[in-house]
Amino acid sequence: MTEKIPVTVLTGYLGAGKTTLLNRILTEPHGKKFAVVVNEFGEVGIDNDLVVGADEEVFEMNNGCICCTVRGDLIRIIEGLMRRKGRFDGIIVETTGLADPAPVAQTFFVDQDVSEKTRLDAVITVVDAKWLGERLKDAPEARNQIAFADVIILNKIDLVSADELATVEAQIRTINPYATLHKTERSAVNLEAVLGRNAFDLDRILDIEPDFLEPGHHHHHSAEIGSIALTVPGDINPEKFMPWINEFTQTHGPDILRCKGILSFKNEPKRFVFQGVHMILDGDLQRDWKPDELRQSKMVFIGRKLDRAMIEKAVEATRA
Amino acid sequence: MSTAPHTSLTAHVMPIEIGEHVLRCGFIGQQPVLALADGQVVFVKEDGLTRTRPHGDAAILLAHIRHDQILTGGEDGRVIRSLADGRIDELGNEKGRWIDALTASATGAVAWSTGKHITARDSKGEIRTREAPSTVQGLSFLPKGYRLAYSHYNGASLWFPNSEANPDSLEWKGSHIDISSSPDGRFVVTSMQENTLHGWRLSDKKDMRMSGYPAKIRSLSWSHDGDWLATSGAEAAVIWPFKDKDGPMGKPPRECGVRPAKITQVAFHPNALVLAIGYEDNCILLCRLTDAAELLVRVPVKGQGSITALAWDKTGKKLVFGTSEGAAGLLTLP
Repeated sequence: MTEKIPVTVLTGYLGAGKTTLLNRILTEPHGKKFAVVVNEFGEVGIDNDLVVGADEEVFEMNNGCICCTVRGDLIRIIEGLMRRKGRFDGIIVETTGLADPAPVAQTFFVDQDVSEKTRLDAVITVVDAKWLGERLKDAPEARNQIAFADVIILNKIDLVSADELATVEAQIRTINPYATLHKTERSAVNLEAVLGRNAFDLDRILDIEPDFLEPGHHHHHSAEIGSIALTVPGDINPEKFMPWINEFTQTHGPDILRCKGILSFKNEPKRFVFQGVHMILDGDLQRDWKPDELRQSKMVFIGRKLDRAMIEKAVEATRA
Repeated sequence: MSTAPHTSLTAHVMPIEIGEHVLRCGFIGQQPVLALADGQVVFVKEDGLTRTRPHGDAAILLAHIRHDQILTGGEDGRVIRSLADGRIDELGNEKGRWIDALTASATGAVAWSTGKHITARDSKGEIRTREAPSTVQGLSFLPKGYRLAYSHYNGASLWFPNSEANPDSLEWKGSHIDISSSPDGRFVVTSMQENTLHGWRLSDKKDMRMSGYPAKIRSLSWSHDGDWLATSGAEAAVIWPFKDKDGPMGKPPRECGVRPAKITQVAFHPNALVLAIGYEDNCILLCRLTDAAELLVRVPVKGQGSITALAWDKTGKKLVFGTSEGAAGLLTLP
């Protein structure tokens, strides 16, 4: 079995610096070749041999799950690209500023042919430090893109004051407490920060340290995207937890954008890790708990209309 | 699992040194021709292989082979016709947009699509275009008249390119990929994203669902008499009966060539009820529908990929095939 080709998804609101980051990735002397899938074909100069124009056509899977949307054009493009191995080491998918990252991500889990040949490496979201505040007010897509990110590039920090930067960072953390955040000017970031992240690999979910700034100071409007992080001391009963998380993601799938967790199951020497995108859940036993490690369970849910009291109560009820 | 020992035809297979992913193969007259993903069109001649690159450096995405020509659609957005003597001409140029679907009729009409945009070119070279409701995934000419079937999201459409009338629409929720019409033009069948087939009887647009596949169905082949539709996508060739006026409704499909490997290509013999079956492990069998007798054409070879192309010549004496890892061969029946 040959190694799956990693796919990096690049999102960000219009003008945030996505194309600058893309060209930086392509031109750094890393010796790697990429196939680039872009939306507005030929509009901005992209310095690469293999650039494919995409339609961003999203459709619902016919499997009774309304949030299970995929990108049909991407399925076709990847089928075409993968026939010629050795032309590239990775694929970068740049989405439009208005795109919801979920269908792109779900394509890599739902389509069998795509998931056999490629793997989603990470969703990278580029954010404009100066204009994010405005975008969060008028553009739900901007909020979605932050919520979905594994890595956030907080760009154009040279255009804001230290106070403004702190505010913007706090706004990001309210939406997404666990993405890795890098502050940049002109999207200048080490490539290791954006490539080879394995963000969807269960073995890489080593810790969940939600980075909440000023906890409790934010007023959450219920329809807005926000996050809930829970830490449960002691063990959890898998017989109770598994049915609950399945039911919860099935029922609330459209509103849960991402979730991740590391759990301590009773009488289980290994850590159980899970992660999900809307209704698609993936979980497995990982490494052993270390002797000096505190056995506790941590999980983060990012989504809309999350009812903290309800989730806390439900998780509490699964304690062993 | 089939346990009967296969009678072997392997000694009658001549290997062809190809070296790249074979997209499609077929015959121009008696001469095998293969379209490769890296951009080559290879003609297999008595004295060796003639390799051409109709799209220059660009890759080929799709190919359609007729008795006298091979059409290719490339990553360069061009649609090119190549003849056996090496002459080529450009039928279309979509300025770098990938060609998503491509087909030709027996009478010389050609159609291709990029995104939602469809171009139909009749045998005289007259061009008509149309925008589909969503991206077109499959194209197929109906056997009679100048009429094009195209598949898209939530169904398929039937279009007379020379008429001003709106296309006739066939609706079914979901994403439809490949499309094919029965040789008598009574039925249109699409393969879907959710590992099913969908069919319509054109006389009354009655829906037909054909499901139960573990994988997408990317190869469809009608028997010469039009009575059967063979399909890939399972660990047996699934063959649906289309003889009756209701098509396969309420009837179980036939299965043949059961092996512990998924079928990737099927090709019915041009004048007998014999099906050539290609597998994901590059094995090939011939299966006779009347008594399920099997003949071995190719033993699976590790590392040579899956069968990605399989086609009979017009007389049914020769079968050409190719794999995703660049193996290929020509069977000449004894």
